[in-house]
Amino acid sequence: MRSILNITDLSLSELDELIATAEDMIANPKKYSEVCHGKKLATLFFEPSTRTRLSFEAAMLELGGSVLGFSEASSSSAAKGESVADTTRVVGCYADIIAMRHPKEGAPVVAARKAGVPVINAGDGGHNHPTQTLADLLTIWRKKHTFEGLTIGMCGDLKFGRTVHSLVGAMARYAGVKFVFISPEELKIPQYVITDELEPRNIPYKEVSTMEEVMPELDVLYMTRVQGERFFNEADYIRLRDTYILTPEKLATAKEDMIVMHPLPRVNEISVKVDDDPRAAYFDQVLNGKYMRAALIMKLLEVTV
Amino acid sequence: MIIGQIKDGIVLDHITAGRGMDIYKILELEKLDCTVAMIERAASHKMGRKDIIKIDKDMDIDFDVLGYIDPGITVNVIRDGEVVERRQMELPERVVGVLKCKNPRCITSVEQELTHEFKLTDRARQIYRCVYCDHIASK
Repeated sequence: MRSILNITDLSLSELDELIATAEDMIANPKKYSEVCHGKKLATLFFEPSTRTRLSFEAAMLELGGSVLGFSEASSSSAAKGESVADTTRVVGCYADIIAMRHPKEGAPVVAARKAGVPVINAGDGGHNHPTQTLADLLTIWRKKHTFEGLTIGMCGDLKFGRTVHSLVGAMARYAGVKFVFISPEELKIPQYVITDELEPRNIPYKEVSTMEEVMPELDVLYMTRVQGERFFNEADYIRLRDTYILTPEKLATAKEDMIVMHPLPRVNEISVKVDDDPRAAYFDQVLNGKYMRAALIMKLLEVTV
Repeated sequence: MIIGQIKDGIVLDHITAGRGMDIYKILELEKLDCTVAMIERAASHKMGRKDIIKIDKDMDIDFDVLGYIDPGITVNVIRDGEVVERRQMELPERVVGVLKCKNPRCITSVEQELTHEFKLTDRARQIYRCVYCDHIASK
């Protein structure tokens, strides 16, 4: 029995295997429609996240399984003060697999130790969100047909964005990858990401403050939202805000096959005018997330077609 | 300075100079009812200066804690005035129930009954991370 709490819990060959399963599922959905018949997924969401929860539930339903769970802590026994360990131990008696979101970092580690069934981390605070990274990886794979040799630009709030840190960790394992970090000074990529992920592998990277100066180099542009509350003063935020909004004009110098990604929800950091550009891949990520979650559920339940 | 030999007990040698009192406190040596000698900044061929602690009694020592705090320490077990065991400390893979995770967003900050646990993630840089939230431990 195995749980997935961090994207690096999966080896590169396992990622390849999940991607192959997801692609086969997209091509042959009927083949998978009953593989989890009789199995139950519990979605334990101690904080609301409609998108991720629905994605897990849709994935399980498409595999022919059933779902149960709660969508916020107030509707669970956590509201009465029950520990994560006890809640998951109880749910482990009802379900075959658990997908869990919790506002506290490391809560899924506690769950995985106690549940007695596989646990998937569906986001723990600002820490890990491995299935978002799985969605990102399938999107890159389906658009670029390789992970190697890509130049990946990451733009916006690189300091607090867990999806950015996870994707750097995942992509840093592939040969020939380069990173370009585009952010204001206040939201630069944390030093530990560089010292832990990039420097030990001698992966080239650069840090810049505008996307225009690097746009022609990029194979992937991963956008995140720059939030006003991250700045020390309003004036700096207003001055910098527009710098990190992607518009069709800024895309003009990008490669024709570059892809634009975003973990969603977006507010205004990608102009809606970009949505119709063939390079926009952020809604593909949503769909890909469902397939990768389904592939992961199958793997952890040890179900085969 | 002359400090008497131990008949049955433990000598913690090669403590990094200045760390002796930290070790003394963490091992709670003040609670022992035997003689404990703390030697600070003794001359050492290998280290220049070192601290030494002599405990005139056999006791259980948490080697993981000792290895975490100062992996260069040598533990000598003395019986009838002779060294019967010499153990070189090293960085332990895990440190359990000693350090506290200081990340306010960590699950251990709200669930008090959880045992705080750290794992060695970078031996060269001596970095330990919380097994729950990956926050780096501070010594």
